[in-house]
Amino acid sequence: MSEVAAKELRIVGFLCNWCSYGGADTAGVGRFKQPTDLRIIRVPCSGRVDPMFVVRALITGADGVLVSGCHPRDCHYSDGNFYARRRLEMLKRLLPFLGIDDRRFHYTWVSASEGARWQQVVTDFTTRLHTLGPLHKK
Amino acid sequence: MSTQKLKEIINKVLPDVEAVIAWQEGFDKLNVTPIFITSPEQVDKVVWNAACAQNLASYLPSQKKKVAVVVKGCDSRTIVQYMQEGLIDRNNVIIIGMPCKGIISKKKVQKAINNEPVEEITFTDDSIKVKTPSGEKTLAIKDVCPSKCATCQYPTPIISDQLAADAIQSDKPAGAVYADVAELEGKTLEERWAYFAKEFDKCIRCYACRNACPMCVCQDSCIAETRDPHWITQRLTFDEKLMFHMIHSLHLAGRCVECGECERVCPMEIPVAKLKKKINKEMKELFDYTPGVNPEDKPPMFVFNVDEAKIKEHKL
Repeated sequence: MSEVAAKELRIVGFLCNWCSYGGADTAGVGRFKQPTDLRIIRVPCSGRVDPMFVVRALITGADGVLVSGCHPRDCHYSDGNFYARRRLEMLKRLLPFLGIDDRRFHYTWVSASEGARWQQVVTDFTTRLHTLGPLHKK
Repeated sequence: MSTQKLKEIINKVLPDVEAVIAWQEGFDKLNVTPIFITSPEQVDKVVWNAACAQNLASYLPSQKKKVAVVVKGCDSRTIVQYMQEGLIDRNNVIIIGMPCKGIISKKKVQKAINNEPVEEITFTDDSIKVKTPSGEKTLAIKDVCPSKCATCQYPTPIISDQLAADAIQSDKPAGAVYADVAELEGKTLEERWAYFAKEFDKCIRCYACRNACPMCVCQDSCIAETRDPHWITQRLTFDEKLMFHMIHSLHLAGRCVECGECERVCPMEIPVAKLKKKINKEMKELFDYTPGVNPEDKPPMFVFNVDEAKIKEHKL
């Protein structure tokens, strides 16, 4: 059941295995209440996230995309998230030029211990998307 | 005459290389095609005029042996970018530079002469005289040049072993290069979406832009056509067209040398390079990087800084 009282949206989350997926798990173990619009896809590292994943998700039906990895300097593979940061920032700046609201795409860093922060990120991002509404008009 | 000088240089370097890549006349004066010169008697076929639009540097990554190539200023950026990415061995290429004052766009000329057959073209320094069955027409090159020439910053090749004419300096303001991108940025989100939706919907997915692109070096492994991974389907829907253009743009992030080949070959006249120019503009701002200018640089997506000066964390 979604925390936000409206028709559920389709939000895709790409989470790195080592930090953010663990963070989401911590939030779950701590029984923190979260909106259920987010569908999580676990990836080995935020550096695995090709900007094309985000574009493909948005084109084929997602209303928003969230990418989350380890904090810079904390990457399990030491430099994956540094590459991710450059790529995702490039995409973040390209999307509004194409005419897609860049608020529909967010990238952030959440560590495995930050269950409360994860709850905050999911809630805020979901709320933001609910104010924007669905991307694809049926 | 620089054509004469060009032929002399080609004759001089020909014994040292497997082939010299240059331009020759096509089926009429408006059409110029590439030629691979392997023997001295072919040298006479070489032409140099404002119709020499093809970026011949595109052939370099697939060459196994030592070759020489004739490049314009804009094409030379392709070679610099290849060097940055380690796609060519500089010792295996002889670069013959051709300072250029602007080329003509075939499509614009054809429009100006109502698509009549071309009988003869006389090229002068800044104009062309086209003879058609219904008479003669003089066109200024600046009126029929592709948009890249109107803001050209590098009329003289950045890198070359031999120059076939005197070097020229750009007289175009550097700030105008991204004026078209800035104009679009000034519009609203909805207007931009409407613009790109209209343009990309024209796409027939012939992939000519990809095939002509010098930086699309994946060749037969391009993910636009592989079944594994299956990024896009064969369906002719707008979503798939948009997806293809996003593949092309994102794979060129921080690599596009703005040679304009994609827009030149597009049969539907889609402004294919717009998204790439936007990324380049952002790369300049974020990393102070311009593709294809300095062989010592590294493309921004190939490297990182632990502390990025210009990338701020986004708040929700």
